[in-house]
Amino acid sequence: MSDGAESRVRPVTVIGALLWLVVACGGGSATTESTSGAETGNGVGGTVLVFAAASLTDVMADFEAGFEAAHPGVDVEINVAGSSSLGEQILEGAPADVFASANETTMDRLVAEGAVVDPPRAFAANQLQIAVPFDNPGGITGLADFADDSLLLGLCIETVPCGDFARQALAKAGIEPSIDTEEPDVRALSAKVASGELDGGVVYETDILAASDTVAGVVIQPEYNVDAVYPIAVLVDAPNRTGAREFVAFVLSEGGRDILDRYGFREP
Amino acid sequence: MIDLVSDRRDPGSGSHRTARRIHRRPPWPLTVLAGLGVAVFVVPLIGLAGRAPWTDLARLVSSETVVDALWLSLVTSLLSTVLALVLGVPLAWLLARVEFPGRALARAVVTLPMVLPPVVGGAALLFALGRRGLIGGPLYDATGFLLPFSIWGVVVANTFVAMPFLVITVGGALAGLDPGFERAASSLGASPVTVFRRVTLPMIGPAVRAGAVLAWARALGEFGATVTFAGNLQGRTQTLPLAVFVARESDRDTAVAISLVLVAVSMVVLVAMRDRWWVRSL
Repeated sequence: MSDGAESRVRPVTVIGALLWLVVACGGGSATTESTSGAETGNGVGGTVLVFAAASLTDVMADFEAGFEAAHPGVDVEINVAGSSSLGEQILEGAPADVFASANETTMDRLVAEGAVVDPPRAFAANQLQIAVPFDNPGGITGLADFADDSLLLGLCIETVPCGDFARQALAKAGIEPSIDTEEPDVRALSAKVASGELDGGVVYETDILAASDTVAGVVIQPEYNVDAVYPIAVLVDAPNRTGAREFVAFVLSEGGRDILDRYGFREP
Repeated sequence: MIDLVSDRRDPGSGSHRTARRIHRRPPWPLTVLAGLGVAVFVVPLIGLAGRAPWTDLARLVSSETVVDALWLSLVTSLLSTVLALVLGVPLAWLLARVEFPGRALARAVVTLPMVLPPVVGGAALLFALGRRGLIGGPLYDATGFLLPFSIWGVVVANTFVAMPFLVITVGGALAGLDPGFERAASSLGASPVTVFRRVTLPMIGPAVRAGAVLAWARALGEFGATVTFAGNLQGRTQTLPLAVFVARESDRDTAVAISLVLVAVSMVVLVAMRDRWWVRSL
């Protein structure tokens, strides 16, 4: 399989480099573990691993920065994906401390399985909008255009909250949508609209605000729109329960509310 | 086949037998590490099988979603393999046989999709071939033809990630080939095309087959580039791996059932091809 050009890199060099990487990374995580659980001045330390819905991507980065500033020595790690995917990972034993879901269905499932400590708290709300590229090439004016099979249209997959809510809204409006793709999460969908590959997609109003330099929003009539409520909870198997409780308290605090306001999240 | 456990208790040839056994017994550290190596592949499969809804399997894999996805997966992976063969064999030949400036760079670019995260590949394809892409944009404006969100988008994404496996396999065989045969043929008056068709191609036949199987297997399992470039829609772009991903979030039994279908289809082909693949070309 190898010819002269490839055999110039000695295998020993490659193996050595790999070993160095392993040792370097191993050393890093060992250091993290030694501080994990160590109490800082605020009584919180270590790492807080937060699983958050994809629509919370930007706001969570601010929560991370804000919480870390208020609690020196604490490292917040954010893992964003579709809520249902995260819920599944948690039930499979992912070592998360906090879960922030974009719908109550997924959270209710975790509650039913006994995976959360206290009753979940609603911390934000959201509504749907239609994201279109800036120049709106499909001339989309409302949900009714989703029945037009000459347009390139996307929804989230039905199993993630934005896909579920979008289908609820379309059903309320009595529209049988003609869809070209079902994206795995809301950010994947808004990215396809932003790049102009899709004429439109049903996302949250906060996603449009977050991508306001590339997409425009088309409002969905209030009678068809859906209220998405975001619950947050500390997980039973949280490796850092103290840190998790502090983080949830921070999200629910006035400072947390300010951050949510900045990103256009409504009050629950 | 070497008989590793040959243990004829012949009292007459004691020392000779011992020497031979020491020579033949595999060194234990290698055996242990190899055993762990096997475990890396086998344990996840056991985990999957342990979760399998065996009693419900027939019903789950005959659902419309799964049948659509299986059909689409087979069609697109085979089309990608054909495309990889048509483009990849000449490409491997070019890289192995023709000296040209930038050949090392060309080799690196060709193998890049093997190490690139498929999502990155999918995004790159979108920027090049999407509706507002470098080539895709003018093409769409002129003809209205669009690769993303179509079966052809799946084929392109599959080919992008799978063809390097064929190019590498065939290129390796070409590099190991004695150029004397080709020289002899052309010195006897055969045209370059005839030399390639009648001398080179038959000699690298096993490697072409092995490369095609590898490329096909990679195409069958393709997820990241497909979902990024071609999207996800049942019956149009939702292949088996995408169906697993979607089902995993809501219906674990279906996800496991589809995974078993993927494992079974892949195993059947890989086992059927094992002689050509392992023995002759590697």
